[in-house]
Amino acid sequence: MHTNSQSRFWRLLLTYAVLIGITVVIIYPLAWTVGASFNPGNSLVSTSLIPKHPTFAHYVALTKTSATFYYFRWFANSIKISVATMILSVIFVSMTAYAFSRFKFVGRKNGLTVFLLLQMIPQFSALIAIFVLAQMMGMVNSHLLLILIYTGGQIPMSTYLMKGYFDSIPRDLDESARIDGAGNTRIFLKILMPLARPMLAVVAMNGFTGPLGDFAISSVILRNPKAYTLPIGLYNLITDKMGASYTTFAAGAILISVPVAIVFLMLQRNFVTGLTAGGTKG
Amino acid sequence: MAQRIEVKPQRRHARIAAALSIIPGLGQLYNRQWVKGIFYLLVAGLYLNGFANLFNMGFWGLITLGTEVPRDNSIFLLAEGLIAVLVLAIGILFYWLNLRDAYKTGEAIDNGEAVISFKASFHNVMDRDYPYLMVSPGVLLLVFTVIFPILFSFALAFTNYNLYHMAPANLADWVGLKTFAQIFTVDIWRSTFFSVLGWTVIWTLVASTLSIVLGIFFAVLVHQKDLKFKKFWRIILVLPWAVPGFVTILVFAGMFNDSFGAINTTILHALGIKAIPWLTEAKWTKVALLTIQGWLGFPYIFIVTTGVLQSIPEDLYEAALMDGATAMQKFRQITLPFIMMQMMPIIITQYTFNFNNFNIIYLFNSGGPAMPNSTAGGTDILVSWIYKLTLKSNQYALAAALTILLSVFVIAIALWQFRRSQAFKEG
Repeated sequence: MHTNSQSRFWRLLLTYAVLIGITVVIIYPLAWTVGASFNPGNSLVSTSLIPKHPTFAHYVALTKTSATFYYFRWFANSIKISVATMILSVIFVSMTAYAFSRFKFVGRKNGLTVFLLLQMIPQFSALIAIFVLAQMMGMVNSHLLLILIYTGGQIPMSTYLMKGYFDSIPRDLDESARIDGAGNTRIFLKILMPLARPMLAVVAMNGFTGPLGDFAISSVILRNPKAYTLPIGLYNLITDKMGASYTTFAAGAILISVPVAIVFLMLQRNFVTGLTAGGTKG
Repeated sequence: MAQRIEVKPQRRHARIAAALSIIPGLGQLYNRQWVKGIFYLLVAGLYLNGFANLFNMGFWGLITLGTEVPRDNSIFLLAEGLIAVLVLAIGILFYWLNLRDAYKTGEAIDNGEAVISFKASFHNVMDRDYPYLMVSPGVLLLVFTVIFPILFSFALAFTNYNLYHMAPANLADWVGLKTFAQIFTVDIWRSTFFSVLGWTVIWTLVASTLSIVLGIFFAVLVHQKDLKFKKFWRIILVLPWAVPGFVTILVFAGMFNDSFGAINTTILHALGIKAIPWLTEAKWTKVALLTIQGWLGFPYIFIVTTGVLQSIPEDLYEAALMDGATAMQKFRQITLPFIMMQMMPIIITQYTFNFNNFNIIYLFNSGGPAMPNSTAGGTDILVSWIYKLTLKSNQYALAAALTILLSVFVIAIALWQFRRSQAFKEG
């Protein structure tokens, strides 16, 4: 018994040591950014983690605009595009997945194969076409085009996940509702959708984060600084001036990260249920 | 309405209706479905009238890619041509539906059944055709925003479209497989292609495996029963996943900066190590990229693994304990197989994700540092190289050819993995 509790002691001690170590590794870059955003001055040469003379100046600087700097506009653009893509992809994906899960129709099997293939071909393959077509159709700087492209890109993968989840919901539920006189649409909205909430959360999350983090496609379409989203705007901010506006960037980074992180942490449980269920179904 | 003369199983009406439907709508009219017949006629008329020009221009353009500068723009003609092909495909589908409908209704008349009225066939649409109704918005969007651009990109690979064959001064032409041949025969392309491909593969394998191993390791670590503050550790470990990735990558770009970044000025300085050229020497940029991706990628695996661990039945462990299994045995015999079985699809996704992980490569150091004798930077992976070829040097045809090679590569690996994991599940 003695050796047993001793080995338990060492095991736990080691575990806590490792966990404290990784905590430092995780927190340091984040704390560094927070520190930078409150640091006086523009460059980081003389930064410290906890600034001696903290200032809100960089947050105030975000509200000012210049010919190439529109922080809150970029913020609004990013949120608008992400939310629109999220809503549209949830609608399109769940409708398509419902049909694939519950009905037999011509082209069902081939359709599923095409979806499987499309989810493997990165949407990146379409980059050149998107570049040329946006110019051809005069849709450079168009947020609508971007939203449609993102939504289309979400369909194959998310439909696959969603269909897998619908498949795991017993058909008896549909049947008994049908006996009670419910139609297809009613069964879809009143029975399947509420039960599929964890997977809906995953689809919504993908629909939101995909556009939010995208740089490649959006940088091809959005050429006017006023139309930028945050990734393009912030990237240009730190590359154009060779690090001279890093502290402003830090303030801008904090302002978008904090709300997104809070929402993510709150909804985390839903994602896990959906992801593991989707994982087993494939 | 319906004729009740019982003939032996004859297909007279069906055949005539189908034959008449060569002009859409006539067959339906013959079957006395007036509203439907007129509807089909109208749609067909509008279709021909509306798209005649598109077909004419589209197919001519698709074949020739233009003949006269500055009147013709090869790329616009190619796009129009592909749209014409898609519209034609949709038209053929409609035409086939029209023939089938006329035949089926004619057959019903032959069998002496009542012809369904327009109202009834509307109900039919809501019922029998319900799946088509549900699928079509998504599929239409998919066709025009995903499939069409991919087809277009692929088509470009067989042209010579680049800076020297651009409108308005020049036309592009079909060149067949020439661009593909060039990738493998022109020295500078070949060496760049293989060095980029090599790093892409190493990057994918190391970065993904690192995230997966770290994620599983920490999930198992925190899952220990007698560990305190579980909730707290989990929130900390999930943080890198919760912060938007592009923000973290840009933050790291600053931290790894050769001259003002905290890694050089604070951490290495404190350890007494000389400043490392993180962004100017390819070798060190690669080390930095792998470390950052490990940091970014493991929390996702961590949360999913945590979910899986919680679903492993407790009695499995109790049985193992009875048999006197050690902690290591329990992990290798129960925990790991369970995780692998549940998470195979998610693990595969990690690899395909990193293979195409444009953001970290481009946002961290633009794929750089720049390399002599190469159009790609020292840390460019295939996707970031394609991006640069498209946007920076207008090598569209080459970029498109590389896109095809990349897609074939990804699909081949994914299919192989997919089949293996299916076998894994069943075995």
